[in-house]
Amino acid sequence: MLKTFPKGGLHVPDNKLSEKEAIQSINLPKTVQIPIAQHIGAPAKIIVERNDKVRTGQVIAKSSGFISANIHSPVTGTVTKIDTFLDSSGYKNPMVSIRVEEDNWIEEVDLSTEVNSEITVSKEEILQRIQNAGIVGLGGATFPSHIKLMVPEHAKAPEILLINGVECEPYLTADHRLMLEKPDEIIIGVQILMKALGVSRAAIGIENNKKDAIKILSERIKNIKGIEIVPLKVKYPQGGEKQLIKAIIKKEVPAGKLPLEVGAVVYNVGTTFAVYEAVQKNKPLIERVVTVTGKSLVKPSNFWVRIGTPIEHLLQAVGGVPENTGKIINGGPMMGKALKDYTVPVTKGTSGILLIPKEKSNRRPMQPCVRCAKCVDVCPMGLEPFLLMALSDNKLVERSKDDNILSCIECGSCSYICPSSRPLLDYIRLGKADVNKFLKSQKDGK
Amino acid sequence: MGNNIIVSGSPHVQTEQTTKSMMYHVVIALMPALLLSFYVFGLGAIIVSIVSIVFCIGFEYLIQKFILKVPTTISDGSALLTGVLLALNLPAGFPVWMIIIGALIAIGVAKLSFGGLGNNIFNPALVARVFLLISFPVQMTKWPEAFADRMKLADATTGATPLGFLKEALRGEGSDIRELMKSLPDYTDMFIGFIGGSIGEISAVLLLLGGLYLIWKKIITWHIPVSVLLTVAAFSAVMWLVDPTQYADPLFHLITGGLMLGAFYMATDLVTSPMSPKGQILFGIGIGLLTMLIRYFGAYPEGVSFAILIMNAFVPLIDRFLKVKKFGV
Amino acid sequence: MTDAILYTVGSLSGLGLVSAFVLFVVASKFKVYENPKIGQVEEMLPNSNCGGCGLPGCRPFAEALVEREDISDLFCPVGGNDVMKSISTFLGKDVAEKDPMVAVLRCNGTCEARPKVNTYDGAKSCKISAMTFAGDTGCDFGCDGHGDCVAVCDFDALYMDPVTHLPVVITDNCTACNACVLECPKNLFELRPKKKKDLKIYVACMNEDKAGIARKACSHACIACNKCVDVCPKDAITIENNVAYIHADLCTLCRKCAPVCPTNAIIETGFPPKKEKTEVAPAKVSTIEELKLN
Repeated sequence: MLKTFPKGGLHVPDNKLSEKEAIQSINLPKTVQIPIAQHIGAPAKIIVERNDKVRTGQVIAKSSGFISANIHSPVTGTVTKIDTFLDSSGYKNPMVSIRVEEDNWIEEVDLSTEVNSEITVSKEEILQRIQNAGIVGLGGATFPSHIKLMVPEHAKAPEILLINGVECEPYLTADHRLMLEKPDEIIIGVQILMKALGVSRAAIGIENNKKDAIKILSERIKNIKGIEIVPLKVKYPQGGEKQLIKAIIKKEVPAGKLPLEVGAVVYNVGTTFAVYEAVQKNKPLIERVVTVTGKSLVKPSNFWVRIGTPIEHLLQAVGGVPENTGKIINGGPMMGKALKDYTVPVTKGTSGILLIPKEKSNRRPMQPCVRCAKCVDVCPMGLEPFLLMALSDNKLVERSKDDNILSCIECGSCSYICPSSRPLLDYIRLGKADVNKFLKSQKDGK
Repeated sequence: MGNNIIVSGSPHVQTEQTTKSMMYHVVIALMPALLLSFYVFGLGAIIVSIVSIVFCIGFEYLIQKFILKVPTTISDGSALLTGVLLALNLPAGFPVWMIIIGALIAIGVAKLSFGGLGNNIFNPALVARVFLLISFPVQMTKWPEAFADRMKLADATTGATPLGFLKEALRGEGSDIRELMKSLPDYTDMFIGFIGGSIGEISAVLLLLGGLYLIWKKIITWHIPVSVLLTVAAFSAVMWLVDPTQYADPLFHLITGGLMLGAFYMATDLVTSPMSPKGQILFGIGIGLLTMLIRYFGAYPEGVSFAILIMNAFVPLIDRFLKVKKFGV
Repeated sequence: MTDAILYTVGSLSGLGLVSAFVLFVVASKFKVYENPKIGQVEEMLPNSNCGGCGLPGCRPFAEALVEREDISDLFCPVGGNDVMKSISTFLGKDVAEKDPMVAVLRCNGTCEARPKVNTYDGAKSCKISAMTFAGDTGCDFGCDGHGDCVAVCDFDALYMDPVTHLPVVITDNCTACNACVLECPKNLFELRPKKKKDLKIYVACMNEDKAGIARKACSHACIACNKCVDVCPKDAITIENNVAYIHADLCTLCRKCAPVCPTNAIIETGFPPKKEKTEVAPAKVSTIEELKLN
């Protein structure tokens, strides 16, 4: 029996169209637009001005505040504009626009391709380098990575490092390809993180539909103590942090608490690779793997993409936008954000671009709830989505809070399964926002 | 580009299963049992089914269009299902005007007056059945005999259902159930459905197969039917072991009456059953116990419909106290 | 026979007496003194429980009025000065006097003026739409048109115009309860003084984008061109974040600004027709009735 999380979850057709496509490099676009808020927490503070010349890898916006991350220039060129542009939130937000001239890296970066497996730097230096490189969680949550390494003094000491290679979102193959193509780097990244956290155990969780990745990584860890590969049963949303912890170490993270509460720290494989590059090669996070996919595309592909590249540019590389495109999604079909248009740039959190044809883009019309309890069955957090939707619609904020609306991980399983096509998650998101507002006003009042 | 780019919140994919498809699957699952009853009871069963289905859908349309003035929902299949279920709960050859009253009660009173699909607390078809049973007890218990007068509409030869026969016969002093059972059809006939009874309750085997189809299609879960059937089996086994002269064996109770129909199709009605697996099991146990209590000690020979309606009333309470355990709480 | 009657009467009377005693004890033990004035004040209030005063309903408002020493910061916008004055005389406390206000929509992005660039397919709620993206037009600041404000209005003072897809305030019904102001996720409603005959002049735009972007998104957008600021004799107009704002306390309703606005972003209501008709003509009453019927 393969391990998995016990409660809820479902099987979504996984449509991994691009899993056999090697990650390709893509030529640089003419201009890049770099949002200064690509992470959870305070937006970075811009330190360049209009008409400044910047080099690849140079810091253009500095971390401001405890939870924040540096942002680097992904290209060499001239800053043309500092203005607001449309981003994946659907709103205009501040960005730095750079005209691309060449690709001339700053000197500190080691551009050699050979794998450097000696971990020579100290624990503190690792933390410093990850922070300087502006690494955030590349699985999509974009939480600044260095903060997870700074264990508060009175908190429980971490016991195990979990690496998330699940990639349970349908269509996306970025992490899968990375595990196949950079296994050595990922294993070294795991060792670096183990050293920084001071733990002796690590587990890499991979869903069983990626047998080749399980095989390659298993070979690489044969002579390394403390790291194990855990094949997991295919079930959405196993890539959720709490679900992964439950699946691998059978512990439940208490509601409203961090994984550290059960002694676990979780990193995505993409983040682990970025950690390797930052620590061993001194390379800041300015590019990532992006899956460009969709059933209507001629050739769904995986690319190494510089942050700030317009999505338009990626779509041109796969043969242009098909006529009947109805939705452009930043991320996967279950949790991704629908975009307003093609000008939105790739950010650190963009794991894929998915095009959905017009005939599949509209939701079915909403029907009355028939109390079939399918949403309750599939909710991985044991919530009652139908009830939370009603509470949110009726503005019963305190009751929503008591029914643990804030535990919702927004995986979308409830809206997916609802036979009456009710927008459960839409209303739960609204309810969460209302509860957060309510809690804030209560806190301010006291 | 224009306004052809669609924006909405995640998720951007949906399952293929809809409320409508679920309703039609239940109807499909009931078809074999319905067709068998056409074969067993002939014209009388066909007329009852058609009238019940037509009037259930018709009343839903008329009431929504002219009284409630809301968009009609007849295409969602729920009125069709109620019609089928109501027909299955009536004896063949039941008077047409009474079926029409039944359809009006099911759709008008039990469903639409509560706010339509999803808001009714009682199973509409069962409400209608119980209403008819109490209002017209004579006609509701006039069961045509299997294979007798299949082409006649009225005055068919009638007899009792196995359960009704036993209940009546056991009233006599000193009667032994083992002797009485000899005059009943054998178990194979009961299992296949060559016995008297309501249109839909005669064939245990076809209802069971339909129920398994629903579980396989993920329309219903195993919790309710299994807990109902197990409870009935366990309860009747205990009573049978205590006094085999007065109580029939468990197998008899499982394959007679409306138990299969009730356990797989009526109790599992999405709207009127509990949400959590734990709640569904409790609900099933309650139905099983009440059914057997009515069968043994009640005035009526059969108690499945009463049991389900009584447990329907407890659903809000069950949902309130037997919730799914929340993650990390 | 007589026994049965006696037992029945006896046991029921006994039960009644016991219950009466329990009720008496409970009533006297848990009695809460309540100022009778609260009930009287509550009756003077409109009892619409709209929350426009900032308190959860009319009862808590009445309690606050009776119990607080200084009630000058309490005001019932629905009852207005009349109700507040009568409460003032009843309680013998000073109350504030306020001009009657009315809600106005600071967006004139009709379907015609503001072409759609996307199609929204989520739940029909402005709040949810606003959480998903900036809206299905090029304007990030304008009305989403799903009618959250209409749903929240307790006084039937708002309805959605079927042509423009913008909410319309029925001035006579509006009680300035503030519910729509709080509800709108884009903060498009503002309470402005009602004045005599409902004379108002205001800028119906909140678009903070630069002129080019704003104008491209909506032909009625304020482009911060400064023309109205220049023409205003009382310096009542200021421009902040690329949007002009007319300060109602300084404005004398001289009507010089509206004609110079190149995008018709300034709206006048309640004036007799002069040269040209205002942009948002108040809808006919029949339309409202029709809407309610449908």
